[in-house]
Amino acid sequence: MNSSRIFLLVIGFIIYFFVQVLLLKNLVLFGSAFCFLYVLYILLLPVDMKTVPTMLIAFVLGFGVDLFYDTLGIHAASAVALGFVRSGWLKVLTPTGGYDDDLQPSMLNMNFGWFLTYSIPLFLLHHLIFFYIENLGTNLFLPVVQKIIFSSIFVFIMSIIVQLLFYRRRRGI
Amino acid sequence: MQRILLFLYRLRAFLLFLVLEGIAIWLIVSYNSPQGSAFFNSANQVSGSVLAAQNSVVEYFSLASVNKALVEKNAELLAELEAFKKPADSVFIELDSTLLHSFQFKGAKVINNSLNLSQNFITVNKGSKHGIKEGMGVFNEDGAIGRVKGVTKNFATVISVLHTDLLISSKIASSEVFGSTKWDGKNPKQAKLLYVPRHVTIEKGDKVVTSGYNAVFPEGIPIGTILEVSQGTDTNYLDITIELAADFSRVSYVYLVENNQEEELNELYQSNGVNNE
Repeated sequence: MNSSRIFLLVIGFIIYFFVQVLLLKNLVLFGSAFCFLYVLYILLLPVDMKTVPTMLIAFVLGFGVDLFYDTLGIHAASAVALGFVRSGWLKVLTPTGGYDDDLQPSMLNMNFGWFLTYSIPLFLLHHLIFFYIENLGTNLFLPVVQKIIFSSIFVFIMSIIVQLLFYRRRRGI
Repeated sequence: MQRILLFLYRLRAFLLFLVLEGIAIWLIVSYNSPQGSAFFNSANQVSGSVLAAQNSVVEYFSLASVNKALVEKNAELLAELEAFKKPADSVFIELDSTLLHSFQFKGAKVINNSLNLSQNFITVNKGSKHGIKEGMGVFNEDGAIGRVKGVTKNFATVISVLHTDLLISSKIASSEVFGSTKWDGKNPKQAKLLYVPRHVTIEKGDKVVTSGYNAVFPEGIPIGTILEVSQGTDTNYLDITIELAADFSRVSYVYLVENNQEEELNELYQSNGVNNE
């Protein structure tokens, strides 16, 4: 972990955070498709990032997003759960020959099919936890399922667009 | 001993996971308690000033509609004022001066708003420095908006009407039947009017206004119009859907109202064991 990589990670963190709370907060399609793009930042952390630092980063990022969404703790809880599951899921999806050490598990470095199987379950998990906690105490089943599915699809499409526009192969942002 | 430590070290990821989730859940629970922690929300100094800076850019896009709404409100107030002008040829006697000054109004700008979650909050750019207190009612020129939840020095968070836990004491303007307005979490344009007994006859299009019973809002601030009445599943009450008067997607300036007699009223209710919501 050299200093230029840490620098890129920090810059990425700040960009994702501010894009999320200033721009994407107001972007909700049809009242049910939310765009929690900051999740992509956690997904695209280097493969060799251990679970502990991943969860800490996820917690700080989620907590910061919570402050602006007035949903204190909910983003943090779902992001930490995502960070906890991520490394295990990466291990399950290891391609033949294994990962390079500092590989960023993005669509460009792997391929579309791999990224689909990698990201969709994680997006679904994050959104499931977020909307479940958010709607505790209400008896809205269908709207919540709708929000979970539509938001996951929307974030997946957005994450592909973002990667095509702003990422390069083999290197960070 | 060493084995236990080694065992714990191997489990460190899972333990940290439990700790962080524990913190998150503690935050969720403490924030949603009735007292609520006012610090960790969009009203604190850092996020408040970021949101204010963002709003200073975005507000230009809504200037035209804001101006139009303000002009309409002004015209309405002028018309009301006309009715209060004392004719030159008559004597004016103030009957009860304490009743006249029981509400105080303050204006504020909305810097953060959401409407698609099930618990929505609004942040405004006035705080304790400007005399905003917890529990003040919030409305705009169209209708009721919410109720102040937490206050910091420069900002305040408002529980929006679009929050599944907020009840607003309301009544049907034409028949004086009262009930409580509560959002059901589905459509940000509609809410439910609860606790209206079955024997009441209700017309579609009747206006629903604040009742003034629980001292948060003055009487007669519009909440919405009745859209649909059905018998519902509840044996005692009607199932009434109302269309909210305020358009929450375009809230930009709001008024905050403080009841000078709220403390006295609450004391009276408490001492008599009345729970008024």
